[in-house]
Amino acid sequence: MGIEFRGVSKTYPDGTVAVAEFSCEVPSHRTLALVGTSGSGKTTLMRMVNRMIDPTTGTVLIDGKDVRSLEKVALRRSIGYVPQAGGLLPHRRVIDNVATVPVLNGVAKAAARETADGLLAKVGLDPALGRRFPGQLSGGQQQRVAVARALAADPNILLMDEPFGAVDPIVRRDLQDELLALQSELGKTIVLVTHDIDEAFRLGDEVVILRTGGVIAQVGTPQQIVADPADDFVRDFVGSDRAERTLRTVEMDGRRVVVDGDDRPVGVLA
Amino acid sequence: MTWLEANRSWVLELLWQHLLLSVPAVAISVVVAVVLGRVAWRWPRVGSVVLGVASLLYSVPALPLLIVVPVLLSIPLRSETNLVVALAVYGTALLAGTAADAFRTVDVRVREAAEAMGYSRRGLFWRIDLPLSLPVLISGIRVVAVSTVSLVTIGALVGISSLGSLLTDGFQRGIREEVATGVIATMVLAVLLDLAVVLAGRALTPWQRRVRGDARTARTTPDRDHPAGTAGTTNPAGTAGTAGPAAEVSA
Repeated sequence: MGIEFRGVSKTYPDGTVAVAEFSCEVPSHRTLALVGTSGSGKTTLMRMVNRMIDPTTGTVLIDGKDVRSLEKVALRRSIGYVPQAGGLLPHRRVIDNVATVPVLNGVAKAAARETADGLLAKVGLDPALGRRFPGQLSGGQQQRVAVARALAADPNILLMDEPFGAVDPIVRRDLQDELLALQSELGKTIVLVTHDIDEAFRLGDEVVILRTGGVIAQVGTPQQIVADPADDFVRDFVGSDRAERTLRTVEMDGRRVVVDGDDRPVGVLA
Repeated sequence: MTWLEANRSWVLELLWQHLLLSVPAVAISVVVAVVLGRVAWRWPRVGSVVLGVASLLYSVPALPLLIVVPVLLSIPLRSETNLVVALAVYGTALLAGTAADAFRTVDVRVREAAEAMGYSRRGLFWRIDLPLSLPVLISGIRVVAVSTVSLVTIGALVGISSLGSLLTDGFQRGIREEVATGVIATMVLAVLLDLAVVLAGRALTPWQRRVRGDARTARTTPDRDHPAGTAGTTNPAGTAGTAGPAAEVSA
């Protein structure tokens, strides 16, 4: 299932331009990372896919079908959504959070809970945690639940809104690794919004760097962007000139050791 | 205590009648106030007018209201409906603003996530907004419950019997014990109704009861970040909300 943004813009009544003439395609089973600072329209773009926001001009297509021709509620239920931290339903037990969309779709509660149990295990949580309320879980655990919940109705598309932005770096790394492992197994079409370029590079097959007002600064694979930043904005955003991105090799006892700009060793060339 | 012993069955009957007048008035207040609060939350400009009128109604003196309501509804002055309607007006006036506030306390992130998952508009109200506004709403309902029980006594002035009849009768006949009984019984009833609201609120908001630190047990993942929001309770300001979430664990 592919997603296509075709010349979409979003202008608010007060004249603020959130997105300007944005076109981009996300092939099926691939991950698109939208990255930019706040005000770059990245969240707005993601929200156009499940019609939380309708574009002022242009169209968003899923498998060639204009999303505006689809009924909002049904469309949203067919798309997995991973919110930012704090997006779980605080008054529902973890298991029922995960079972939310199947239950909305009319699946019997018992059956939905059984599926939810399996999903908790899949995202690395003890199914015993299912009986708790979200507030009784750590931030990292909560976001695992959020991922499980998004997968519950087995959607083809996942929208992820800065899913790991609020957890500490070590946990974030774990969550990213697990998402990559899940994705290699499930092959969803993912639109990921993040302000963290490293996260975009780790998770995105393709990365769109946005500047203020939803203008594309550069589109490409992480390799392409690192190898050839389009301009100073991208160079700065990506941190091309940062010490950890300017690597070189030095000879050490017959091995090629890679060091960064501060001469700190990063690894050994294989 | 001789007076009370001699009149026990009458006092109990009045107590029962008092309850039968209070509960419907509170129930109607809650329903109407939630509707008005929702309107005020949804359309703030209309809402500020609605809430303004509501609080103005609260300032109408009780006795004239008891005379105007039967005229407007063409019901007898001494009917119980008259008192229930008048008390519902006060209860609604007292609660509508709190209801609007209660809806505002619902975390936008939660509502947006729910919407993005595919909750319909009606589903959002019944399954997200209403349950999540309960903690604040309950604290407002407690105030209304207590104030309604105490206001019911006014009905005795126009001949609607309740524990207030003990006050009018006791004053007229100069029986201090009867007056004291009326005052104390009314206060006891108010406390009991308040307790009932608190208990109902607790039963309806099980997620509010959790103990700090239980997020540290039973982990299978190496998450090292802090348990998020162990004290995630909304503390309603201004209302008689001493009913903090009980610190107990269901596990």
